[in-house]
Amino acid sequence: MIGFVLRRLAQSVFVMLAVSLLAFAMFHYVGDPVEVMVGQETSIEDRERLREQLGLNDPVLTQYARFLGDLVTGNFGFSYRTRQPIGEMILSRMPATLELGFVSLLISLIIGIPAGIFTALRSGGLAAQTILVTTLVGISIPTFVIGLFLIYLFGVQLGWLPTYGRGDVVEIGWWKTSFASWSGLRALILPAITLGVYQLTLTMRLVRSEMQDVMNTDFIKFAIARGIDYRSVHYRHALRNSMVPVITIIGLQFGGIIAFSIVTESVFQWPGMGLLFLDSIRFVDIPVLSVYLVLIALIFVVINLIVDILYFVIDPRVRLKPEAG
Amino acid sequence: MEDLLTLRDLSVVYPTRFGPFTAIEGINLTLQKGEIHGLVGESGAGKSTIGAAIMGLIPAPGYIAQGQVHLDGMDLRALDAKAYHKLRGARISMIFQDPQTSLNPLLTIEDQLVETIRQHTDQTRTQARDKAIALLQETGIHDAEARMAEYPHQFSGGMRQRVVIALALCTEPDLIIADEPTTALDVAIQKQILQLIRRLAKDRGIGFILITHDIGVIAEITDSVTVLRGGKVMEHGQTAQVLGRPAHSYTRALMAAVPLLDKRLVRFTNIMDSEPKLSAPELSWKVAGASAEYASDWLLAGDRAQAGDGPVLQVRDLDVTFYGNRPFAFGARDGFKALQSVSLQVDRGKVLGVIGESGSGKSTLAKAIVGLVRPSAGEITFEGAPLPLGRDRARTHPARRKIQMVFQDPYSSLNNRRRIEQIIGEPLRFFGLAKTRADRRRLVASVLDLVEMPQRAMLKYPHQFSGGQRQRIAVARALVARPEFLICDEPTSALDVSIQAQILNLLKDLQATFGLSILFISHNLAVVRQMADDVAVLRRGQLQESGPAEAFFEAPQAEYSRQLLAETPSLAMLSATGHG
Repeated sequence: MIGFVLRRLAQSVFVMLAVSLLAFAMFHYVGDPVEVMVGQETSIEDRERLREQLGLNDPVLTQYARFLGDLVTGNFGFSYRTRQPIGEMILSRMPATLELGFVSLLISLIIGIPAGIFTALRSGGLAAQTILVTTLVGISIPTFVIGLFLIYLFGVQLGWLPTYGRGDVVEIGWWKTSFASWSGLRALILPAITLGVYQLTLTMRLVRSEMQDVMNTDFIKFAIARGIDYRSVHYRHALRNSMVPVITIIGLQFGGIIAFSIVTESVFQWPGMGLLFLDSIRFVDIPVLSVYLVLIALIFVVINLIVDILYFVIDPRVRLKPEAG
Repeated sequence: MEDLLTLRDLSVVYPTRFGPFTAIEGINLTLQKGEIHGLVGESGAGKSTIGAAIMGLIPAPGYIAQGQVHLDGMDLRALDAKAYHKLRGARISMIFQDPQTSLNPLLTIEDQLVETIRQHTDQTRTQARDKAIALLQETGIHDAEARMAEYPHQFSGGMRQRVVIALALCTEPDLIIADEPTTALDVAIQKQILQLIRRLAKDRGIGFILITHDIGVIAEITDSVTVLRGGKVMEHGQTAQVLGRPAHSYTRALMAAVPLLDKRLVRFTNIMDSEPKLSAPELSWKVAGASAEYASDWLLAGDRAQAGDGPVLQVRDLDVTFYGNRPFAFGARDGFKALQSVSLQVDRGKVLGVIGESGSGKSTLAKAIVGLVRPSAGEITFEGAPLPLGRDRARTHPARRKIQMVFQDPYSSLNNRRRIEQIIGEPLRFFGLAKTRADRRRLVASVLDLVEMPQRAMLKYPHQFSGGQRQRIAVARALVARPEFLICDEPTSALDVSIQAQILNLLKDLQATFGLSILFISHNLAVVRQMADDVAVLRRGQLQESGPAEAFFEAPQAEYSRQLLAETPSLAMLSATGHG
C-alpha cells in the first residue's frame, strides 16, 4: 500500500513539474512583464533597473528554479490588476468554489447513483424510461440556460431563493463558509443544482450501463442460481462491481467541476475562482493565470491520487497478486 | 423410488421480430438420484435452455410454452417467483463454464460461501464457516482454512472451479446442473474435475445434468445421455448403448466427426450438412471466368520450391520474454519467460503439430515466427536464410507474403466493416499479385470456390456468416497470398465438431494439393493426431519432446506427454464396439 502510494506520489511530482514549466513559460513569453507594470513615461534606465530587480536578466533556468521555489513556499507574487498578493486572492475565493463543487457533487451522487440503479434494474419500465428521457433533456441544455431558467422560476417568479452571491458567510479562520448560516445555505441551492445537473446525468447513465453489464455476468447469474437474496445480489454483488469504473469518471468530473465552474459562477455572480479566472483573462493578468493553472493541476493530481487509493481499497485484484500455478 | 427430476414434453419459445422461435421442443427426460445425465449437442441445440428451464431462469422474453418440470414429484411450474427462488441453491444448483468469471471478484471465498450457506439455513457465521472449510477440503483445496480469506483471482483456474463446485454444494442440493463445467480447463484439470463430479454423485447421491458439446466428456462420466439437435431430442438412453450402438443417423454423424486420439483418419466421412441450404440464386451468382480450378492453377503457378528439399523453417534456441510495466520510470522490470530455448523445424510440405496446454507458449511461438513478437534470443531460418526478427522484418520482406496465418477466433480475425471481397482481396493488392480490380475479383471468387463457399459471399460482410464459414474465409485470405508456410493457431477450437471436421478436411485437401508446410497449433491431441506428420510438445515455454507423429502417439518419450495422452478423454469404449 505505502509503496503504491509513494509511486503514485512520485509520478504526481513529475506531472506538477511539467505543468509548472508551462505556467512559467506563459509568464515568460506572453508579453513583457516590465511593459505591463510601468507607465509609458518610465525611462529606459528605470526599466532596466526594474528588470534587474525582478531578476529578469538571470539565466532562464535560474528564473525557473526561483519560480518553483516561490510556488513551493507559497509566495505566489502579485496580481497586475489589483496589486494584491495572489495567494490571498485565491485563498479568499477557493472556499466558495470548493463548497459549491462539493455540494453539487453530493447532489449528483445522492440522486444519480440510486437513479442509475433503478433504471438499470427496471430497464423496461415506464418510470425508468421517463427518467432517462428527462435527464437526456437535462444534459442537452447548456448549463447557463438551466441556470437562467432556475433563476427565473425560483428567484423571480416564486421568489423562494436568492439568485446571486453567497448570502451570509461565517468565517472559520481564513475559510469563509456558506454552510453555517441559513441564508448561505439557501444561496447555495440554485448554483449547486445548475452545476450538478450534467454530473448527475452522467453519473446516472454510467451507473446504469455498468450495472446492466454486471447483471449479465456469470457471477451474478451464479449468485441468483444459488438462491441468494435479490437485495444482496443487487447491492452487495452487482453495485460494488459497477462502482469500480464509476469512481474514475466521478473523480475526473469533480476536478472538472472545480476547474471549470466558470459559467455557473458568472450566471450566479458566485464569488469563486471561476469569476477570478474570468476577470484575470480580461486583464491579461498573467501571474494570476499561471498560479491558477498550477493550482488546478494540483487539484486534478490530488483527486487522481484519491481515486487510485480508492481503487486499491475496493478492488482486491489491484491489491493482491495471484499465486503462480 | 420416485424419479428425482422429470421433464415431460417441455418446450421453450422466444418471441422474435421474425415470429416465435422454438428453442427446445417436446423434451422428455428423467433423472435418478446419483445419476449423471449428459446433454450433448452442437451450438444452438438448446442444451443450455433446458438447464435454464429447470432453474426457472429463462431470460426474458423467452417462456415455457408447454410441458412439465417435476422435482421429486413437485410441480416446479406451479411455484410463484418467490418460492422458486427459495428452491434455487436449496434443491437445485448450478456450475458454470468459466471459473474465471463465475465468482464475484470483489468478495473473498469465505464471504461468498458463508453468505450462500446462511441464505438457506439458520446457521451462525462460525457454523457456516466450519462447513465451508469442510466443503473446500472435500472438493480438493489444500490448506482450506487459510485460503478462505483469499479472493477468486488468487486461485488458479482448476482451483477456482473447485470453489465453484463447493459453492454449488454448500446448500446440499439434490440436483446440480453443470453447464460445460470443464470446457475452459486444460485436460489434466478437466480429468480431476470430472472425477470430483463422479465422486459427488456417488457419495452424496446428487443428480447431475451435465451439459457439454464434448462427446469425450460424455463417454467418460455420464450414465445416460440425450443427444440434441436444433432443440429436439435425436436419441437418448444409456451412455454405453447410445454411443456404442448409435441408432440415430445424427448421433453417428456427430461421432464420426470427433477426432480420435488412437486412430488417424485420412479424411472425416459421413458429415452432416450443418449449414442452411443455399438457394439457387445464391449459388448461380458467378464472376466471369472464376472457378476453383482457376484458383488452383493460379496458386500452383507461383514460383514455389519443390517438396522434400530439407526443412523450410528452422527455429533455434528461441527465447521470448515478456516484460510487465516498469514499477516506475526506472528500476528493473519483471520478465515472464514465455519461451525458453525452443528449437524445432518444419519440413517442406509437412505438418508440424505443436501441442501444449494454456500458458505453454504455443501462440507466442506462432507470433514470433510471423514477426508479431520479438524474441529476446535465438534465430529463425526460413528457406535457408535467416529471418529478421520482430519489427526488423520489413513489410516488403518476401517472408511477409510466404508465411501466412489462420487465427483461432474467426469472430475477431475478420474486420466486420469490410466486405469479404475487400478482406480476401487485400493480400492481392498489398503484395501486388493482381494488378487490376477485375483480376482481383476473379481471384477472390475463385478462391472462395476453392474453400467451398459460394462466390456470392464476396458481396457480404463477416457477420452474415457462421463460425465455420468465417474460418473458411480466413483460410481463403491466407491462401490468396500464395504462401509456402501456413500457421494455424487453434483453427478449430472455437467451432463445433462437425464444422471442425469440415475445416480439418479442407486444410488436409489444401495441404495435399499445394504442398503447403503447416505449423498446426492445438491443445487437442486428437485433432493434432489427425493433422500432423511431426509433433512438438511445449510446456511452460519449454520443449518437452519432438519427433514423428505416429511414433509419438504410439510411444511418447517424455513423462509429460504420457500424462497428457492419458488424461485426454478417449472414446476407446466406442472404437472397441466398432466405431465409424
